[in-house]
Amino acid sequence: MKLDIITSLYVFMLAAFIGFEVIRRVSPLLHTPLMSLTNALDAIAVVGAIILAGEHKSQLAAILGTIAIVAATSNIVGGFLITDRMLRMFKSSGPKRP
Amino acid sequence: MPTDTLIEITYLVATALFILSLKWLSSPTTARHGVWAGEIGMALAIGGTLLYQGIVDYKLVAIGLVLGCIIGVPLGKVAMTAVPQRTALSHAFGALCVTLVGTSEFYLRAPNISPFMMAVLSMEVILGSLTFTGSLMAAGKLQEVLPQRPITYKGQNFVNLGMLALAIAIAVILCLHPEQMKLFPAMIIIPLIFGVMLVIPIGGADMPTVISLLNSYAGLSAAAMGFVLNSKLLIIAGALDGSSGFILSVIMSKAMNRSFTNVLFGGFGQIQAAAAGVQEQRPVKSATAEEAAAILSAASKVVIVPGYGMAVAQAQHKVRELFDSLTKRGIDVTFGIHPVAGRMPGHMNVLLAEADIPYDKLLDMDAINGDMAQTDVALVIGANDVTNPAARTDASSPIFGMPILDVDKARTVMVIKRSMAAGFAGIDNPLYYLDQTLMLFGDAKNFVGNIVRELSGGDGHH
Repeated sequence: MKLDIITSLYVFMLAAFIGFEVIRRVSPLLHTPLMSLTNALDAIAVVGAIILAGEHKSQLAAILGTIAIVAATSNIVGGFLITDRMLRMFKSSGPKRP
Repeated sequence: MPTDTLIEITYLVATALFILSLKWLSSPTTARHGVWAGEIGMALAIGGTLLYQGIVDYKLVAIGLVLGCIIGVPLGKVAMTAVPQRTALSHAFGALCVTLVGTSEFYLRAPNISPFMMAVLSMEVILGSLTFTGSLMAAGKLQEVLPQRPITYKGQNFVNLGMLALAIAIAVILCLHPEQMKLFPAMIIIPLIFGVMLVIPIGGADMPTVISLLNSYAGLSAAAMGFVLNSKLLIIAGALDGSSGFILSVIMSKAMNRSFTNVLFGGFGQIQAAAAGVQEQRPVKSATAEEAAAILSAASKVVIVPGYGMAVAQAQHKVRELFDSLTKRGIDVTFGIHPVAGRMPGHMNVLLAEADIPYDKLLDMDAINGDMAQTDVALVIGANDVTNPAARTDASSPIFGMPILDVDKARTVMVIKRSMAAGFAGIDNPLYYLDQTLMLFGDAKNFVGNIVRELSGGDGHH
């Protein structure tokens, strides 16, 4: 148990550094799609909600878990849809491909 | 292969895809691959989770997933002008999910919770619930169902900090005595109220910073949930989202020359009151659409500076026509985008891209300011404070030190504005009284439309 926590802290720290280095390079042009994409990725919390609702360990957990699935799934679907819509709009003034 | 291992492998691949997803987002040419990588990673992770043998009730899971899709699809199809409030709403949904899962985990495990586990669980639900109501408030203000003006009262900061301190105190008690289960609801309700109070004093111009900050909180609460569930995938996704929100908050605060604490606890209310007292009438020069068109067509380099006013007037498509018409005459037209123009990071870029303006013409502040001195005409559309030269020169100005677009260095400045009323922050803009400045009074969409008409009518003269 104790070791798990330490490992988790290492994972968090490394992920935060990777996040910093990767996201620092995102052009200001794409800051809005960046926010909607990270929002969709963040909704991976849905896996926790699925286990909670699916395990049905208590009535409360099942109900809250199901609501949590709805909230997270709408972020996944909506987030990816709108990010892709936005990115399709960004066109260069270079020669157009047919 | 045992199912558990298989699930862990799907999570591992999903994690790699998430990181690649953000990496590919760094440039517009590869950005769409980033979305695909994210989608594949997400599908893998969800598919893997469904294999988990502990799941006995697939019906509830299916109901949740289907309902989520039904709500998610319209949220993915909102108009581009509604993207800021949609984003705030999705932060609220993410935070809601995290808070609900945290609450369930507490009641499933209590009182057998180690102090460390209780600490991260408290962080999860406190951050989750304040982000939930804070983001709902932000969405309401952006959608204009709530008043946009900041609401401030005496002792506001004291009340807010007091509430936060109380929630943290409860968390500490629960860490030491997890059997005090009746305290847990208070640890959710207090941050829920705190989230509302936190966003009440924040006005429209501060929204880019606040949305970024709420984004960061949503990510951190998800990472905390990862600690509680011992899920590396969730810790990493939360950390990525948290650092993204943090970086954006830093960029936004720097662009306004303000600290986080100043955005959250400062408010602009006091400044408005102070500025209202010193209203004086100074002469400005105004011009008609015909004159503006003549000046533009004689230029060789034009910089257009859009602001939130362009979004409000829905003028971006007319701006595109102007861009076309000037470009066709061989005039070099670029756009100067201030980081905090609009209501969320990158807002103007998305609106202009939607209007089909090529992204290589959209330049950020540092890239465009060097060119300003060689610019014949700077055309400001619906932007105010981000062009205010007082930020450079007047140490007594509330926005002194804020980096601005140096439009006053252009040979001619034209400003499309409804009237001489002061901008959001209530600060007078000396730009309007300069010798080379022409005020174009009117609605941005109509005025740009009139200029375009004059330009096409005047073709024969060349």
